[in-house]
Amino acid sequence: MPKKKNIDLKVQIGKLKLKNPVMTASGTFGYGDEYAEFVDLNTLGAIVVKGLSLKPKQGNPPPRIVETPSGMLNAIGLQNIGINSFIKKKMPFLRECKTRVIANFFGDTIDEYVKAAEKLSSVNGIDALEMNISCPNKQSGWIIFGTDPKVTYKVISAVRNSTNLPLIVKLSPNVTDISHMARVAEDAGADALSLINTLSGMAVDIQTRKPKLANITGGLSGPAIKPVAIRMVWECSKKVNIPIIGMGGIISSDDAIEFLIAGASAVAIGTANFIHPGITAEIIKGIRNYMSSKGISSVKEISGSIKC
Amino acid sequence: MNRTFKASVVENKKLINNHYLITLNPAVKIRKPKPGNFFMVAVDTGLDPLLKRPFSVHRWIDGNFQLLYRVVGKGTKILSEKKPGNVLDILGPLGKGFPAPKKNRQVILVAGGLGVAPVFSMAENIKNRAPLLFYGTKTKKSLLLIDEFRSLGIDPTVSTDDGSFGTKGNIINVLKRYLTRNSLPVTRYVLYACGPEVMLHALSHLATEYKLKGYIAMEQNMACGIGTCLGCVVKTRKGHKRVCKEGPVFPIEEIVWD
Repeated sequence: MPKKKNIDLKVQIGKLKLKNPVMTASGTFGYGDEYAEFVDLNTLGAIVVKGLSLKPKQGNPPPRIVETPSGMLNAIGLQNIGINSFIKKKMPFLRECKTRVIANFFGDTIDEYVKAAEKLSSVNGIDALEMNISCPNKQSGWIIFGTDPKVTYKVISAVRNSTNLPLIVKLSPNVTDISHMARVAEDAGADALSLINTLSGMAVDIQTRKPKLANITGGLSGPAIKPVAIRMVWECSKKVNIPIIGMGGIISSDDAIEFLIAGASAVAIGTANFIHPGITAEIIKGIRNYMSSKGISSVKEISGSIKC
Repeated sequence: MNRTFKASVVENKKLINNHYLITLNPAVKIRKPKPGNFFMVAVDTGLDPLLKRPFSVHRWIDGNFQLLYRVVGKGTKILSEKKPGNVLDILGPLGKGFPAPKKNRQVILVAGGLGVAPVFSMAENIKNRAPLLFYGTKTKKSLLLIDEFRSLGIDPTVSTDDGSFGTKGNIINVLKRYLTRNSLPVTRYVLYACGPEVMLHALSHLATEYKLKGYIAMEQNMACGIGTCLGCVVKTRKGHKRVCKEGPVFPIEEIVWD
């Protein structure tokens, strides 16, 4: 196999240009600064920050996490410092990083989503928005925004109309047909999709017969969910024309490449950051090595190259 | 100094039933841990168990460090099977340790069960301050480090749940009796404690009652150890705080108990 010297890792997510396809998954990389001592943040394709809301949130009571086979359950409850503190305390640092900054955000109501999007869109240094629709809707009996197609459409189109930034929608996998939700998001104006968010799960202590999480249920992440995520990326990529950012259990460059082949244009690293804080840089290197050994010049050639 | 490093096992010794002492030799120079600091240890390189596990530092001896642990599940079982020469991935030292006691304070160390591991580290650090030690365990057989404390010049006051050694009952009651009999003004004391939540909770009641100041090392499930997973929070008077970052050591009055 001929080896090529010029390896092009650049990808494009809608209008958003990334130097490479490796991003961080929201909620696993703090606001970036916590990882600066472990990885050169300038080498990353993008940093997706911990989900933000208009007001700070205290989150759920502990215990909030529990390890499960090849994965973990979390019920953090979207604890965050709020958009104002984020802009004031975290953006000055992030603005200096030579990478893309993607602000993940959520709300309890459509109005809160819109206000959050408007506020974040006016901040210098934020390159794109990622909407978390896997949270409950206060106005409709706490049904998850991302599980009812009509509400999903409504909230995404409302946010679409309130921002000119590239809009990424992070889909919940806890639905019957995720490709249908992917189409709904595309129709509502999403520029790209992130998938998957965590899978709803639960663990019980057999001694006390109590749930291991104070919140009872939580979101499953880690290598345990990777095959589910790959399947969902593959299914959605056949149904939509917008790019997909694949995530769910990536812990090596092989995993990342698997997502790209299945149809993702970029990938995000989540739980693996907790285990190996420098993993993102290693995954970028691994993708480069794979391309070099296969004689692939552009990472775009890998995306959706699945043979089936 | 990089906090991710590899360390080889020098010794992994069973002390008593289910309790082990592992001595680790870092491959690179690392920052000397403070009492109350902890390390995240990858017990294996596979996917299950997936996460590193937090262990408070027990001792630091000439660039090597020791962790004292109990086999409670899959991860610690694997750790207990490590042999000299095996290499582990480690992150640390992490967290805020015990602050140094102010001058003229009589230090009271309180340890429950395996909480004795970081308490010993503190005792070693301040042995010239003649600290008092109140140490409670289930039974005589689960007592650890008694000789080691004595070699620091500390004579432990011990209680066991079953009365097989020292006073029968919980150590907080023993401490309370000591305080009621004692003549020093309470402002002269400072507490340093680690142990099961029930013990720390009882200690916080005692501290409120006697207006004692002090510090406790908290435990919580955690994934990252560096402040980003937000899994390890405890309730405090100023909202949720992370055990890995704002802790594990907190002023005793700061913790809100359920």
